[in-house]
Amino acid sequence: MATASVPALPAVSGREAHPILDLVGRRAAIGIVTLFVVSAVVFLATQVLPGNAALAVLGRGANPARLRATELQLHLNRGLFDQYWIWLSGLFTGKLGTSLANGQPVWGLIEPRLINSAVLVIATGVIGTVIGVALGAIAALRKDGWFDHVTSVAALAVTSLPEFVVAIGLIILFSTVVLHLLPAVSLLPPGTYAWSQPELLVLPVATLVIVIVPYIFRMMRAAMIEALESDYVEMARLKGVPEWRIVLTHALPNAMAPTIQVIGLNFLYLAGGVVLVEYVFNYPGIGQGLVFAVENRDIPVIQFIVVTLAAFYVCVNIASDVVALLATPRRRIPR
Amino acid sequence: MTGIAPAVSPEAAPPARTGRHPWLSVLWSTARTPRGAAGLTMALLVVLVAVIGPAVSPHSPNDLATLTFAKPSGQFPLGGDFLGRDVLSRVLNGGWLLLLMAVAATAIGIAAGAAAGMTAAYLPGPPDGIIMRTVDVILAFPQLVFALLLLSLLGPKLWLIVLAVGLSHAPAVARVIRSATLDIAERDYVKVAELQGMRPAKVMTKEILPNLISPLMVEAGLRLTYSIVIIAGLAFLGFGQPPPTANWGTMINENRIGLQLNPWAVIAPAVLIALLTIGTNTFTDAVARVTIGVDRRPEEAALLDDLGPEQA
Repeated sequence: MATASVPALPAVSGREAHPILDLVGRRAAIGIVTLFVVSAVVFLATQVLPGNAALAVLGRGANPARLRATELQLHLNRGLFDQYWIWLSGLFTGKLGTSLANGQPVWGLIEPRLINSAVLVIATGVIGTVIGVALGAIAALRKDGWFDHVTSVAALAVTSLPEFVVAIGLIILFSTVVLHLLPAVSLLPPGTYAWSQPELLVLPVATLVIVIVPYIFRMMRAAMIEALESDYVEMARLKGVPEWRIVLTHALPNAMAPTIQVIGLNFLYLAGGVVLVEYVFNYPGIGQGLVFAVENRDIPVIQFIVVTLAAFYVCVNIASDVVALLATPRRRIPR
Repeated sequence: MTGIAPAVSPEAAPPARTGRHPWLSVLWSTARTPRGAAGLTMALLVVLVAVIGPAVSPHSPNDLATLTFAKPSGQFPLGGDFLGRDVLSRVLNGGWLLLLMAVAATAIGIAAGAAAGMTAAYLPGPPDGIIMRTVDVILAFPQLVFALLLLSLLGPKLWLIVLAVGLSHAPAVARVIRSATLDIAERDYVKVAELQGMRPAKVMTKEILPNLISPLMVEAGLRLTYSIVIIAGLAFLGFGQPPPTANWGTMINENRIGLQLNPWAVIAPAVLIALLTIGTNTFTDAVARVTIGVDRRPEEAALLDDLGPEQA
């Protein structure tokens, strides 16, 4: 939420606001409005649409006393606006209510999952970015060579694979049928975090890396080829700049800008991608938590996880726009 | 820049073979490229298994015909599943509904997205703002999460899965079609039609829509691939047809505890899903190359155009 809470700067009269601050302000404002609408939509959808939420939770034929108790717990006896207000202020004060499945506080259930998922997403993002950018740059430098052909065809094939198929493939290769190197499930004892047993992270991270690398690779390769054929690289060559400097200081920075946007898109993808991968590996993150909550119709947990994922989505969107802007040299100067 | 065509350029469409529909001629040209032929072969192979499968399956998919996780044998070439049902028969019966649902979800997503995108771009004033803000809100949910949210509310019904996946495609399609429409709306033949007093709805369907064929075909291919991925993924998570029915996504999940005993119960459906998505995706890539004429997808081309060195 840190990014989204930067206040929009009022345009200084008489001269143009700095383009980056201007953009951050505008995107943050839109982001906050979007999040507000998202929270209202999630709330309305989960609380109101299906008729009686308490009945949905307990199932038909629930006894009237329990039905009444659940209604009270969900504040269904209050007006619609009151219900929304209680829930929204709870999001900010940490009073998220209790899980309908086991009666424990939602925050206590979700917090360790949130941290585990963050570890998964960050590890995947860093490793995937490094591999994707490196492979893309090498393929562009060796355009139409064998490395370029092999990696491009492989990227095209892997891009479209469902993450659970990749995960199952890795389990078959590394932990069951072919080899027995790694654990097939990433069960963590309650109260411990993912970094206490790093070997449990290997297969989930590898799965997600395999899924995101092709996108980063393709973009990096295309952008790098474009940069290498540009006038400023031609100019640098004519001036006699050594090739390694041309690649590192002229082509690479310019190829990074569009690639950063794709990296941003892949972080967005990870918000949804963790759901299946965590489920496959029994990894205790919020994705698995969401699947369990949906199975149990645990509305407070569903609401919180969905809004958290949406907030992550909006923040990453803003961040990738800003970083891409910062990475485009000629856009840094106010015009 | 090396002569990159804009993301959408109707002129770049292949020379129409006389007497054919333009989209048929695109498909035809694509199928004759090596990449297109490879993609089509893979996808058609899986479609064949899914469609003919129920007619040729040797056993009933729900009979407990053999032993739990039985090894492959002459009578049961892929062995038994976690309940001792014939894996081959379940594989042959478990694909057609997945295909049907994916096609239906894609159709919903393309229709809704194209209608919203064209309207936003062509009709002046409030519709644009309203539609694009709605798009922003839906895009804030990852597609799978959006589908799970809807399913959690209304229960795991098949029509709802199709609708949820279709609707979750619409925003991305709307964005692509909106920018394509903005480009086309400026062309002379559209202006002429407007000056002749054609009503906006008719301009959209008669003048603009036929020129959106290239981006629509590429979008349809992409969304079909994603539909297969998401619908199979939902089935894997247990949100699909109710238990006894065979389904490739469900099979992978229910049989993975027996990987050591009979891996084929998992490998067979996984390979079919993989072959199908690789096939549709490769073919879509070939369509993009034929219609747009560059080695990148529309969304990548748009990013390059946006931030590329030319636009100073």
